[in-house]
Amino acid sequence: MEALFATTTGILAASGLYLALRGRTFPVVVGLTLLSYAVNLFLFSTGGLTTDGAAVISDSAGHYADPLPQALVLTAIVIGFAMTAFSVILAMRVRGDVGSDHVNGNRVDEPREDKS
Amino acid sequence: MSLLLIVLLPLLGSLLPLLSSNQRRHRCALLTAAMPFIALLVTLRETPGVLVGEVPRMAFSWVPALGLDLAFRLDGLSLLFVLLILGIGLLIILYARHYLSAADNMPRFYAYLMLFMTSMLGIVMADNLILLWMFWELTSLSSFLLIGFWSHQSAARKGARMALAVTGMGGLALLAGFILIGQIVGSFDMQTVLDSRDVILADPRYLPALLLVLLGAFTKSAQFPFQFWLPQAMAAPTPVSAFLHSATMVKAGVFLLARMHPALAGSQEWLYLVSLTGLVTMLFGAYFALIKLDLKTILAYSTVSHLGLITMLFGLNSQMAVVAGLFHILNHATFKAALFMTAGIVDHECGTRDIRKLKGLWRYMPMTTVLATITAASMAGFPLLNGFLSKEMMLAETLETPLLGGLAWLIPALATIGSILAAAYSLRYVRNTFFGGNRPRELEKTPHEAPFPLRLPVLVLAIMCIIIGLFPAFTATGLLTAAADASLTIPAPELHLSIWHGFNLPLLMSAIALTGGLIVYVLRQHLFTFHRQFPARDSLAIFEGAVQRLVGFTQWAIDTLENGSLQRYMLWVVISALVVSGMSLMGIEALKGELGVQEADPLLIVGAVITCFAGLATAFLHRRRLISLIMLSVVGLMASLIFARFSAPDLALTQLAVEVVTVILLMLALFFLPQKTPKESSASRIVRDVLLAAGFGGVVASLNYALLTRPLNSISDYFLEHSVSGGGGHNVVNVILVDFRGFDTLGEITVLCIAGIGIYKLLNRLRLFMPSSDSEGRPWSPDRYPMILASVSQSLLPMAFLVSVFIFLRGHNAPGGGFIAGLVTAVALILMYIAHGVEWAQQRLSFQYQPIAVAGVAIAALTGVGSWIFGYPFLTSAFGHFHIPLIGDVELATAMLFDLGVYLTVVGATLMILANLGKVTTSHRPSKQKEKA
Repeated sequence: MEALFATTTGILAASGLYLALRGRTFPVVVGLTLLSYAVNLFLFSTGGLTTDGAAVISDSAGHYADPLPQALVLTAIVIGFAMTAFSVILAMRVRGDVGSDHVNGNRVDEPREDKS
Repeated sequence: MSLLLIVLLPLLGSLLPLLSSNQRRHRCALLTAAMPFIALLVTLRETPGVLVGEVPRMAFSWVPALGLDLAFRLDGLSLLFVLLILGIGLLIILYARHYLSAADNMPRFYAYLMLFMTSMLGIVMADNLILLWMFWELTSLSSFLLIGFWSHQSAARKGARMALAVTGMGGLALLAGFILIGQIVGSFDMQTVLDSRDVILADPRYLPALLLVLLGAFTKSAQFPFQFWLPQAMAAPTPVSAFLHSATMVKAGVFLLARMHPALAGSQEWLYLVSLTGLVTMLFGAYFALIKLDLKTILAYSTVSHLGLITMLFGLNSQMAVVAGLFHILNHATFKAALFMTAGIVDHECGTRDIRKLKGLWRYMPMTTVLATITAASMAGFPLLNGFLSKEMMLAETLETPLLGGLAWLIPALATIGSILAAAYSLRYVRNTFFGGNRPRELEKTPHEAPFPLRLPVLVLAIMCIIIGLFPAFTATGLLTAAADASLTIPAPELHLSIWHGFNLPLLMSAIALTGGLIVYVLRQHLFTFHRQFPARDSLAIFEGAVQRLVGFTQWAIDTLENGSLQRYMLWVVISALVVSGMSLMGIEALKGELGVQEADPLLIVGAVITCFAGLATAFLHRRRLISLIMLSVVGLMASLIFARFSAPDLALTQLAVEVVTVILLMLALFFLPQKTPKESSASRIVRDVLLAAGFGGVVASLNYALLTRPLNSISDYFLEHSVSGGGGHNVVNVILVDFRGFDTLGEITVLCIAGIGIYKLLNRLRLFMPSSDSEGRPWSPDRYPMILASVSQSLLPMAFLVSVFIFLRGHNAPGGGFIAGLVTAVALILMYIAHGVEWAQQRLSFQYQPIAVAGVAIAALTGVGSWIFGYPFLTSAFGHFHIPLIGDVELATAMLFDLGVYLTVVGATLMILANLGKVTTSHRPSKQKEKA
């Protein structure tokens, strides 16, 4: 189970990084989002993989999942959304101002869609 | 308290001249002089006590964590320097008043001068190593301002820059040396350090500490090979040169040698490093003083030479040599300040300082001639003047030194040669300028005697040269003994200063020096011819060249590393991350740790396969962006399921809600961006990236596996134990978020709010093309808002609100909380926008989202501040159980109020992002819609 989890995290991180190294803004944003999923899973797993742990404190509960990584990842998810939103809208703004969606700001010739 | 006054009064004095205007020069000079004058009186009041061996000290704790105290002392050594700094400083103020032209900004000049004076006083009185260093750097900075005072001149700017670079670099070395000493001794307190010579000398860190401290002292005192900055600093106005380069700035280096003498001296390293450096510098400076052509440059090199002499004396590891060194500091300050001032007078009245153009000035300025002759004779070591006394002491000391063993005779021989050169350049300075030949020609203006106020400071100093020279026992012994006591920390050897010691070897050497000087002067043309064989070396050009090369190199480095390509930056970041984490992975003996692994069930395997497949598909199909996005959402949903599977319901809920808003956001963005990514990466680039990504994934997976199979000591047990008793909640994750780590959460919602506001600004005046069809030319569907979705969503809305209220309220004790509730509310509202369009939703949700997000952050922060009112630290939570009729027992905690802030921020920020982005889609459309209708 541990190996399976680690492999999944690794594959997600690799896919995310590959996309983050692309030259256009949208794949980069998608790649960063994917990377943040991988990072969240990684951080979450630092508390160990607990099956059937109790979510709330009660006398009948046998064992608990480590709550600290959960709390950290919970905020990380929300902040990750804010980051994704900011970067994708930055990408839109750049396209509007520079006329290209290349991450290096190159004015590459691209077929201009007609203004309507 | 009076010690603090001595330092702080001149600091106050640096503000006073700024109150005066440039026109009212008398008032400006008087205002400036007042503060150092009072400081001088305060010092004189302390003097009798210090002379009998008292050491007034005072200390305030300043930055205890750094060992930095605001601590001052006034021992004999400090007193000698304080009197020099304040006394000569006052003369300089008077001199500068009449020297500066109407075009110069006098208040600014005086302000810089006073700042410099303060920092000098701070150095000599500091009772703490770090404090001493602080003032040391302050002298570098203020001397930069003074040397570059005529900032319109290129030479002044370059000279100031060079002085700052050299002395500033030395200052950093000094700091490192002081920190080492502080670590050896365990304190930065001056007295403790001075008392710990045995500890310091025995420590292996002694040599590096010594080298660093000496680097600081030698750069400041222009010792070989750092002497080059001092002649370049002559671009400063003459009063500055007379102050900085005779009595103060360059003396800081030799002061440091005297100050640290009890702690660092006594070793072979000290003996060789300090005395040989001093000897070389003395000869080097004397030689160049003889051949230079500019009056001030001649004096600058002679200063270098004399500083070398003093340094050599401190290096000799003999008590009497230290006394001689201190005496020469005093004497050199008097005659060199006076000589600089005479050079300034000549420059002022003749318009040039070129010794080739000047001659026979005695006809025009007889008084100045007399003063210059007296002081130059003192510099040459002529009997009956103060320079003679200390020079003879120096010669006597060189005879005693154990340096160089069997070759010890070299030292007095070389010292005599240095004295011969000193006599020669002193003679040349006086004779070529004031005598020799008839009248000067080619001068810009006809010279005339300087006004009396300009000559007065020179007169005072010349009289001092004579008085100390004639009555050394009466005038200097007390001060010198006190200074030597402080510098040796043991009673100094008894001092018998007198003009006549009988016929002895040092007297013979003095006589040889004077006659030899005369002979060298007469034969100087041969020396000049000899010197012309060497190619001229312009130290300024070399230094500037080095600076230019450094700038060029850094520019190249920046251009290479920071070329504006995000891909390049990412590459570097990833490679460094790979190297760092790969190295540490190689450091562990086996990937698998000691923990046993759990069995994987089939459901889990299926989930993992789907997740991996979706992740890979997102990457491989990235050029078809919509499909890539759908695959990304699959990964997100799977992540949510993974969280649920491993006992994290809060995370699962959050991930689910965030996934929804993320996909909506990216879909909206994709509407404005190209639907497909053009194929442009070269095959080699793709191979490189695939390899890099694979390596990265491998490292991440290995790290994760290594981590999962090792036992972990978590602090979570504390949270689990105290969640109910301390935070009043059964949902530990939520209690951590709103209570234990509430400050973190406050920071995070602030970031969220800032991101929302940033996006709002980015969308403002966004110029975008509105695509009317997709990439394949098919027009967007005219049926804009599906009827079924519209009706269902409307009826869903109250339910969704209810659910979010429920999730919010139960958050403290069951999975849920402000984050999740906020996301649910936001999703419900966004559904309205999607189902009915922005127009429709705008009419019904007419409020702005920015204030909601800001209010959320404010509520959360105020909840934290509220605990101050009750005398608790920021964000302390309180809770209690209340009985409400009909509803029953309800638990209320202040953490809930905090969670309300989180809720509002999440709703506000999410809607600020999505609703504003949605508005962009319609900014052109409403009018068209109406036309069609």
